[in-house]
Amino acid sequence: MKFVRQFMIILAISFVGELLHALLPLPVPASIYGLVLMLIGLQTGILPLNAVNEAGGFLIEIMPMLFIPAGVGLMVSWGALKPVIIPISIIIVVTTILVMAVSGRIAQFILKKEDKKHE
Amino acid sequence: MSKLLQDSAFFCLAISLIGYEIGIILRQKTKLALCNPLLISIVFVIIILKVTNIKYEVYEDGSSLLSYLLTPSTVCLAIPLHQQMGLLKKNMKAILAGILSGVFTSLAGVWVFSMLFHLDKKIYATLLPKSITTAIGMGISEELGGIVTITVAAIIITGIIGNMFGDVICRLCGIRHPIATGLAIGTASHAMGTAKAMEIGEIEGAMSSLSIAVAGLMTVIGATIFYQLY
Repeated sequence: MKFVRQFMIILAISFVGELLHALLPLPVPASIYGLVLMLIGLQTGILPLNAVNEAGGFLIEIMPMLFIPAGVGLMVSWGALKPVIIPISIIIVVTTILVMAVSGRIAQFILKKEDKKHE
Repeated sequence: MSKLLQDSAFFCLAISLIGYEIGIILRQKTKLALCNPLLISIVFVIIILKVTNIKYEVYEDGSSLLSYLLTPSTVCLAIPLHQQMGLLKKNMKAILAGILSGVFTSLAGVWVFSMLFHLDKKIYATLLPKSITTAIGMGISEELGGIVTITVAAIIITGIIGNMFGDVICRLCGIRHPIATGLAIGTASHAMGTAKAMEIGEIEGAMSSLSIAVAGLMTVIGATIFYQLY
């Protein structure tokens, strides 16, 4: 029953996220409203961690599988993808490397500076 | 035969999970990043659908349980975020600056290249959320009018690059600090990169999974702003 109760809480939060998505005129997905709501709940202690922990852990663990249908959808969008496949591939490879380099270097720079301050 | 499979309540879900399982076994046997279980299962399902002559709409219907769980599963990313709040607060400035600069680089990179290649605004919107976790990325792409399935493909390819080369790229760029390495991999290549970060070390893994949620949230706002620029 514990698992069912945890699942119920997670679904209820998802539903409130859906409501906010429908009511507020912002381009924010329902899942993000839910994520923020749950984080506020956990941080303030209104929602104890053990009220969602096991079911939440299970949902995070199976997350990669949930993207299978979206990926299979490629078989219908292949027509749209084909003419732009080369620029898209270049953009993906170059920006991924750039993002890694920039965010890592900047974080490392600040971390080292703060370490020196403490010495 | 095809009719029987189409009417089956379990066929589509079963082939999805079987494909994933095959991917896990292949990954264990070959240790190749290219043998990503998600990638393998997608290819496996597409082949089965083509062979059995089942339309995507039928599959979409039959596998709707998976899509159904996507929102609750994303909501639950709040749990690791909550658990790592201590580490986050202690290194707040470096972490936020690192992730924010990465998110900006990703959006600005897509913007510059899209202009360079004269891409359609629809494709531009499709690519903007490519560095973040699929659940949030799909949502953003949908909101901005992108082609969601291509967004998913871009996100998966980005993830495979991060998973395969994350440690090499960090080393080549002189990124050695465990927190910085985790941030870099998580910000650039979401959950699939995080799997790699977890292999490198505990702090790297924790920082990488933190970056997924934070970069996802920042991109929600950033992508909306960058969308207006094009």
